[in-house]
Amino acid sequence: MTSLKKLLLGEQGLVVIFALAFAIVSLTVPNFLTERNMLGLLQSVVTIGIVACTMMFCLASRDFDLSVGSTVAFSGMIAVMASNATGSIVLGLLAALVCGGFVGLVNGVVIARFRINALITTLATMQIVRGLALISSDGRAVGINDPGFYQLALSKFLGVPTPIWVMGVLFLAFGFLLNRTVFGKNTLAIGGNPEASRLAGVNVSRMRIWIFMLQGLVCGIAGVLLASRITSGQPNAATGLELSVISACVLGGVSLAGGRAAMAGVIVGVLIMGIAENVMNLLNIQAFYQYVVRGLILLLAVLLDNLRSVAAGRRG
Amino acid sequence: MQDFLEFKSISKGYPGVQALSDVSFSVRKGTVHGLMGENGAGKSTLIRVLSGDQAGDTGEIRIGGEQQLYKSVRDAFQAGVIVIHQELQLVAELTVAENLWLGRFPAKAGVLDRRKLIGVVTEKLADMGIDVDPAAKVASLSIGERQMVEIAKAVMVDARVIALDEPTSSLSSRESEILFSLIDRLRANGTVILYVSHRLDEIFRLCDSLTVLRDGKLAAHHSDISQVTRDQVIAEMVGREIANIWGWRGRPRGATRLQVNSLAGPKLPHPVNFDVREGEILGFFGLIGAGRSEMARLLYGADARSQGTVTVDGTTVTADSPVHSIRAGIVLCPEDRKLDGIIQGRSIEENMAISSRRHFSPFGILNPTKEGELAETFISKLRVRTPSRKQDIINLSGGNQQKVILGRWLSEQGVKVLLIDEPTRGIDVGAKSEIYEILYELAAQGMAIIVISSELPEIMGITDRIVVMCEGRIAAEIERSDFDERRILAAALPDISNANDLPIQQVQSR
Repeated sequence: MTSLKKLLLGEQGLVVIFALAFAIVSLTVPNFLTERNMLGLLQSVVTIGIVACTMMFCLASRDFDLSVGSTVAFSGMIAVMASNATGSIVLGLLAALVCGGFVGLVNGVVIARFRINALITTLATMQIVRGLALISSDGRAVGINDPGFYQLALSKFLGVPTPIWVMGVLFLAFGFLLNRTVFGKNTLAIGGNPEASRLAGVNVSRMRIWIFMLQGLVCGIAGVLLASRITSGQPNAATGLELSVISACVLGGVSLAGGRAAMAGVIVGVLIMGIAENVMNLLNIQAFYQYVVRGLILLLAVLLDNLRSVAAGRRG
Repeated sequence: MQDFLEFKSISKGYPGVQALSDVSFSVRKGTVHGLMGENGAGKSTLIRVLSGDQAGDTGEIRIGGEQQLYKSVRDAFQAGVIVIHQELQLVAELTVAENLWLGRFPAKAGVLDRRKLIGVVTEKLADMGIDVDPAAKVASLSIGERQMVEIAKAVMVDARVIALDEPTSSLSSRESEILFSLIDRLRANGTVILYVSHRLDEIFRLCDSLTVLRDGKLAAHHSDISQVTRDQVIAEMVGREIANIWGWRGRPRGATRLQVNSLAGPKLPHPVNFDVREGEILGFFGLIGAGRSEMARLLYGADARSQGTVTVDGTTVTADSPVHSIRAGIVLCPEDRKLDGIIQGRSIEENMAISSRRHFSPFGILNPTKEGELAETFISKLRVRTPSRKQDIINLSGGNQQKVILGRWLSEQGVKVLLIDEPTRGIDVGAKSEIYEILYELAAQGMAIIVISSELPEIMGITDRIVVMCEGRIAAEIERSDFDERRILAAALPDISNANDLPIQQVQSR
């Protein structure tokens, strides 16, 4: 019993749970373990996966970002509108990144410089940005003029769709940033003890602004890919995304109290979220039930986080 | 008198450590019993077992001859055992009276009986000689007053055994005296007091009897404290004789290293001036709230300055943030290690390298090999006791945490001025002298060191010169050859006329 507990609550506990779940699902759910379904599954988690990269940094430094869903929708909107207006997809992409980065910058400055609680700040920007998305499109979906835009999501490289590659590259990049750079270590240090980090010479407010800005930029990327996949800019896209992303991170062992995070964990967390949804679709479970399951997964994630901290605390 | 509180072969193990093994001793009714030991000796574990917070693996506790079988803090509370921890358990936004009644408010048909609520408390407080307004919010009280309220809470429920864990660690000496007279009164009423402290003076001033723990075992039990000497107790605590824990020796002093001119800030309104020379250890002494730590934080750039210049080796430092100070060679080991020093949840290695890694991380990319070497170097140099450099810093004892923070700065390049605030607070005797040795060595290498301490023996023992602060101003500056306990204390104490409205906590709480 104790060794089982150690296995489940230890460093690799999540990977074990994931492997188990994957094996069970592969054996029991028809059509699950096929190339087509696997690619579809990965496609479906692209938005969550990409945004989770930077949400991990946010949570690891004891912050929080609720505005990601709105930012994804807004920057997707902007990408479509800007490329329609200028006739250039590249300009559209740049506009989306600038918009995403700007929202992140505002979040960061308000939180770090004016010392407003991150939850409140991003709750506010979440609504403001969603509002801006609705205003700019008059509440309607905006269609894409240039079919080239669809290629972002449709094109394939070595048989794997581009968005999956983008997600993979971001996983690698942010994994490197977290584990192998001063930026990553400082993020974790701030999460562990912000005041001690400041006194140890970490420029805490600048770090926080950077983290939020990166979050915004990454939301921009996710927004573009999402718009391309749904072939339009939708002001109501990605509602509730923030919750799925935070669930995935927490499920992946990122501590809500800050100071603990691992890219591998987050990837597994994202995949668990994806698999749950995918399996429910394959089993033809009604969408209404999926909300319940998603909520249950979040609860389970937080419970696991709690058990894990208790287990870690006992060692001390 | 017969034994009232009895510990019978208490043992308690945690994974990897035997925190207590076969500890037995007893305490008579109406006495104050001291409990001493180095960090990790098992005092806290024993208190936890007594408080019902954790159950012992074996052994039993008897109170008044009855075996206690309680399983939780609540059960212990019902049995009349109350532990007062360093972190006080009061609700800041409620009044003193409400706190004292918390959990069992007097009410008639669900409506608060305000008269009883205030009345009983007023009476009790007067009985105990505690001068606190029952209608005041706890948030408005000083730490010392809060401690009194906490004790009053124990008296309200007729506690039979009160354990105090390092009660004076954040009190001024005047507040401590008030606490001591309250303890004297409780003793006279027949309460058993278990008094945990690192401070020998207090133990000898207060206690009737004493138990010393070492490595989880009973090292000594003295049923009459007047039969032992301090040196004996220290030897029992460390298990060896410590001839001279200060070990100060003279060293050449060079040119002026640090010069501080009219430094002031919101929490230190009166400008201060002083300088420190190469190889000098300058002490800052004062009561809590005298402005010593505020001075250090301003000097380090941790708090914003309103005026003043700081010069290191003749170059003016634009220190408006710790980042700038570190680059200019000024570093700070903060007063509150837990709050401001260590980064919980991260390893020793990361805690050490957090600042110095910028020297060997090109483009912000880490060099794990170098970082590991650095950690190993300072772990052995500073003799940090740990199984591995990957160990979470929270698992280390206070002395070892302090060493890791020293390692953080020793691994930096070009440190010229070391500010160290309360270098040995909560650190046991053995580790203390090791930390002093490190300071002497650094000074010998030419560093200018500023030691801030509220322990007079320490500051007199290890510094070359003392600056005494009082109510935010520099009150005296004394060379080692002129060190005199009375003179320093006299300078640190405010005029007797305003002694009653000492701004003790206002300045300290930030």
